[in-house]
Amino acid sequence: MANKKKQTVYRTTAGETVYGVMAEFATPADLYHAAEKVRDAGYKAWDVYSPFPVHGMEEAMGLPHTKLPLLTGIVGLTGAGLGLLLQYFVTHLAYPMVVQGKPMFAWEPWTPVTFEIGVLFTAFCALLGMFAFNRLPMWYHPLMKKERFLRVSDDRFVICIESKDAKFDPQATRAMLESVGGKHIELVEE
Amino acid sequence: MSVIHPDQYTAGQLAGTIPVDRPQVIDKRAGDGTLIDDPAVRAPLVLNDRSFNDITETVCGYVEKKPGGWWWPVFGIANMLAAIGTAMIIYLLITGVGTWGLNNQVGWAWDITNFVFWIGIGHAGTLISAILCLLKQKWRTSINRAAEAMTIFAVICAGTFPAIHVGRIWFIWMVFPIPNANAIWPNFRSPLLWDVFAVSTYATVSALFWYMGMIPDFATLRDRAILRLKKNATGPMVMPFLSLRVDEVQARVYGLLSMGWRFSTRHWQNYEKAYLMLAGISTPLVLSVHSIVSFDFATSILPGWHTTIFPPYFVAGAIFGGFAMVLLLMIPARELYANMKDIITLRHLENMAKILLVTGMMVGFAYAMEFFMAWYSGNAFEADVFVYNRLLPPFLAQVGADGQLKYAPYWWAYWSMIFCNVVTPQVFWMRRFRTSPFWIFVVAFFVTIGMWFERFVIIVTSLHRAFLPGEWGMFFPTWVDILTFAGTVGIFLTLFLLFLRFLPAFAMSEIKNVMPQASPHKH
Repeated sequence: MANKKKQTVYRTTAGETVYGVMAEFATPADLYHAAEKVRDAGYKAWDVYSPFPVHGMEEAMGLPHTKLPLLTGIVGLTGAGLGLLLQYFVTHLAYPMVVQGKPMFAWEPWTPVTFEIGVLFTAFCALLGMFAFNRLPMWYHPLMKKERFLRVSDDRFVICIESKDAKFDPQATRAMLESVGGKHIELVEE
Repeated sequence: MSVIHPDQYTAGQLAGTIPVDRPQVIDKRAGDGTLIDDPAVRAPLVLNDRSFNDITETVCGYVEKKPGGWWWPVFGIANMLAAIGTAMIIYLLITGVGTWGLNNQVGWAWDITNFVFWIGIGHAGTLISAILCLLKQKWRTSINRAAEAMTIFAVICAGTFPAIHVGRIWFIWMVFPIPNANAIWPNFRSPLLWDVFAVSTYATVSALFWYMGMIPDFATLRDRAILRLKKNATGPMVMPFLSLRVDEVQARVYGLLSMGWRFSTRHWQNYEKAYLMLAGISTPLVLSVHSIVSFDFATSILPGWHTTIFPPYFVAGAIFGGFAMVLLLMIPARELYANMKDIITLRHLENMAKILLVTGMMVGFAYAMEFFMAWYSGNAFEADVFVYNRLLPPFLAQVGADGQLKYAPYWWAYWSMIFCNVVTPQVFWMRRFRTSPFWIFVVAFFVTIGMWFERFVIIVTSLHRAFLPGEWGMFFPTWVDILTFAGTVGIFLTLFLLFLRFLPAFAMSEIKNVMPQASPHKH
């Protein structure tokens, strides 16, 4: 990892810890090309903020694939298995009763409920897994204090490079963001 | 700004920071400009060159501004109906299911008809949000939120009926596999129990899907409330005697619901994957739910119910009825709300009209196939159900072996269904009708009535005359039956009006994403 080096804590003249530097971009195209350059400059702890998921931005940022689908698949199948077990327990062990002369253990009539419970687990895992992977809920974030940042939810595009990045340097990073076309560059305090 | 590069100028216009001069040349044949038939031209999904900011302002405006003068009267009527429905349910629970017109022969009537009717309506939301998402139909983005909301409210109405029709509702917990002192467990071989799991899973998953889609839009509403608070702290108060501002409440409530969403690409990556997975899992789910509902009937041996065509037939009917309800709600809404016509264009309506036509033909085919099977199976009981319970009107009555006139007592229900579901959608073959909001509304209204009759025909006409003439009887609804159904319409409308008032009625982030300026390769 690039972030192994001892972390430097930057402070403003007012004594506040620096979270990072943010820059605004006018269009998704500008944002996309700037993100490619930031990625190529070797930054790791940074993020791109846009009012909608810009197509292809993961590649422009060089993000690895998310493991969420794998987790959801495992949880969904586990849920289906538990659903089958539940029906086995109820029908075969807890309350064995012959209905219509059918065998005690038969997977056919259990298919619908097995499927439904599998779906239920998958859906919960997709949503809660999304929250967990994104470390949400997080109702406080340094960026939220910035008025300009709050307009990302409308029509602005922002790149923020965090101070915990090994390559972060208040002056150099600001200059780099400026050179890739960033406007309204601001220091973000914790 | 002194000198500006032409590229920057275009880019600014696309991002909405520089105003666009909007020359509007609209071909009359193209309606509002979206009904283009030229395959080389892609119809715009959002009209009038709207910028991202325009979308935010329009959609958030529905929540932030006071609604038009129509809102309170309509909400009042809906609320009154909902109150009547609630009173009827309480009356039923106190008195018993005898207050309905049920009798020995017809043990399921309006209750289960209403259940299947509402759950069917609920299917359009998931179809639009899940199946059209997987098929990459971009036009879905302008209607998916309202359709999902409608799904959940319809499922709430639907779930009410099986719960109250059991009579002694305090035993309703027995449908769940809960350890209990009687050591009695539910029967997992019964389709009625599958139904419990299917409907409750469907309600839960639809709600999760709906909520997840709204997270970014909640964040937008939150940020706008915070920005308003920062600008001036003298906004309107919630109540005159409460020292609480509307903006503060919005910032807190929407803030809480948005989970601190901050539009990060690292978050969007997981979000999009999760959304895709929910769409992928909801697609088989929505097909399974109405199939399982149809198993309630298909696995019995009653003529008219015992049919293998039921699952696909029910699913097609559900999509048909659901789209009709989406149109019934959204056509008036787009007239009543400002700028909604830019988001729901004529092409959206035309697309939905085409879906009505297709699914209407599917149910028409299913109706015909039922007759074919009744004849081809050689089963006299099956044929009797179709001909003498449903088809023959009195003026075509035949003289039976006993010298009595034989005709179908419910012929009017059957022919209403055929007229509403099979005949009326045929007008959509004509472009004039399928591009006119008025005519689409009229047909959608007929389809909604027709789909109610379809369930009534399936349930009541099959039950009222089974195998032995000695057990034949008729079903007549009581005033409690009628008012309970009217009450669920009220509950549904009340919830939908509250949704339009307080929640983001359109998926802003998704609409922005399908606008031309959203592409990172556009300069």
